[in-house]
Amino acid sequence: MTDDIGVLSAPLIIEYPFSRTTGPVIGAFLTGLREQILLGIRARDGRVVIPPTEYDSATGEDLTELVEVGPGGVVDTWAWVRHPMPKHPLQVPFAWALVRPDGADVGFLQPVDAGSLEAMATGMRVKPRWGDEREGSIHDLACWEPE
Amino acid sequence: MPDITLPASLDGVELVRSVRTPARMEYTYTAGVATTRFLKGLAQGKILGERAQGGKVYVPSRGADPQLGVPTTEQVDLPHVGTLVSFCVVNVAFYGQGMEIPYTSGLILLDGSDLPLMHLIQECPVEDVHIGMRVEAVWVDASDLGPTLESIRYFRPNGEPDVPVRQPGEGVTW
Amino acid sequence: MRDVAVIAFAQMPNVRAETVLNEVEMLMPVIRDVRGRAGLDQQQIGFTCSGSTDYLSGQAFSFVSTLDGVGPWPPIQESHVEMDGAWALYEAWVKLQLGDVDTALVYCYGKSAPGPLHEVLSRQLDPYHVAPLWPDAISLAALQARAMLDAGKAREEDFCEVAARSRRNAMNNPNAQLAWSVSEYDLINEEPLVDPLRKSDCPPTTDGASAVVLAAGDRARELCRRPAWIRGIDHRIEPMALGMRDLTVSASTRLAGTKAGATGTYDVAELHAPFSHQELILREALSLGDHGNVNPSGGALAANPVMVAGLTRIGEVAQRIMDGTATRGVAHATSGPCLQQNLVTVLEGDS
Repeated sequence: MTDDIGVLSAPLIIEYPFSRTTGPVIGAFLTGLREQILLGIRARDGRVVIPPTEYDSATGEDLTELVEVGPGGVVDTWAWVRHPMPKHPLQVPFAWALVRPDGADVGFLQPVDAGSLEAMATGMRVKPRWGDEREGSIHDLACWEPE
Repeated sequence: MPDITLPASLDGVELVRSVRTPARMEYTYTAGVATTRFLKGLAQGKILGERAQGGKVYVPSRGADPQLGVPTTEQVDLPHVGTLVSFCVVNVAFYGQGMEIPYTSGLILLDGSDLPLMHLIQECPVEDVHIGMRVEAVWVDASDLGPTLESIRYFRPNGEPDVPVRQPGEGVTW
Repeated sequence: MRDVAVIAFAQMPNVRAETVLNEVEMLMPVIRDVRGRAGLDQQQIGFTCSGSTDYLSGQAFSFVSTLDGVGPWPPIQESHVEMDGAWALYEAWVKLQLGDVDTALVYCYGKSAPGPLHEVLSRQLDPYHVAPLWPDAISLAALQARAMLDAGKAREEDFCEVAARSRRNAMNNPNAQLAWSVSEYDLINEEPLVDPLRKSDCPPTTDGASAVVLAAGDRARELCRRPAWIRGIDHRIEPMALGMRDLTVSASTRLAGTKAGATGTYDVAELHAPFSHQELILREALSLGDHGNVNPSGGALAANPVMVAGLTRIGEVAQRIMDGTATRGVAHATSGPCLQQNLVTVLEGDS
């Protein structure tokens, strides 16, 4: 136990500009987003994985065959955010979802602007809403909306 | 690296090679009890070291004696003079620097302390700064004192003759 | 393999926020306590390993300053993992297998209160595709909970049962942060926080610290009347991308459990399940079924000091063995979103 001597506190802000090299696979995926194209990559077992990885997650070997997928897709699972946090991609109630574009075999984490909890359902179809200004980042895909 | 096969739709398009992913987070830092004592001491124009029973004097203290692994319980009001035990002349500009280059940072072993304190060395040409030099604290005006090491503007030579400084590792036993 | 045992465990009371003491001031009593229980001073300990993350404090190398509280003089053999203390224990266990030291101190701490916890945790996610969206840990867990409901593996009532039982058990734990008795039939009426999870399905934000002393072979028998022997320990990790995993099972926990020899019966199980639905997933992965003594401490739903809750699960099982109230137990620790990485250990006392 300690007497409270009026312990001092102060704001501490850490900030990193970060510019990350992408390499050819992630670079291709982000290029695709800039061009409004969704890309997956073919894994060793034939499944199409999105976002594409440079390696096969089961065997570790290099993967090279990028495959165009989407544009529409299916919600594999979702969660409804009633109170968005300041850095969330949407500032109105929205769903996080694992969205599986047509032609892909896995879903990836994306926001869905469904408007209401009642509009969300596992298995629903969604389509991408692209950002007006795209620069080759995940933000180029602003969110998804019910098809 | 093996060649990646791009779909036809990306033919001829300039490829992304890097992406910006900035991150900023805001915390509330709590000084803890010992650091609070030190900072409040500065606001009163004092430099307070701390020691545990049987332990050395540390300044600034974080509340633990690192040799004994016990809390420091006693405050020691240290004099504002000491000996320069090491220093560095900064010649290279860096983001956020406030000082005009070149300038000197020093480790000052205040009389009675076992741990040197880092601060600026001013009022001394950089080529004249040397280990063993006696220095004194120069404070801000009384009305500007606050719970910050910036209450001390810098240390400057005080004219006393040099004293010998123990070399790193000298006399260390375990 | 050398026999290694937990011979002492200590923790600080888990609180919403430690606003007075800094990390080293907070940690010193815990380290003193655990060494005292082991009857060892720092010079008698062969190896020290800690678990914490500087991202929680927002200061690079802040973990180094907490070593002051250990009193690392004369110089000690020491290591650190940016992980829950359970993984620091794993490293210490490996070190003891090498045979050149016989005792180890393992400690861990974390203050979640000072910083934006959910933003901090999002920094461990894929830096290109996921972290820039800043998803919070509750939302990620909620995706997994929805998958459980869709797969017919649980109902929301089952989540509430875990939530209620954990806080009720915590009433017997003086170190728990959340301890209350509310029926699951009342919890089900709570409005969801992030559908389908309710606030009661989620862990509290906690500042805390805990520590363990390990000893090998005869040294353990000299120092402890009833050591909690580590009969097996293993950890496994799944792919980072959520879409690559079956979120309704914990394949890595199942594999770690098999490798750790986690079969048979237990008197007690402590599972690091920060969200209620995760206890159900872990029970299945470890074949615990409807075992009646899971998380008697209240588990991570009662106190969830990040970087600590996993080691504390191991400590809670070990303490019950050392006290003589249990003979065989299983403890689990997790790291990463939706049970991405899991450690399982089986502990046993001499009968």
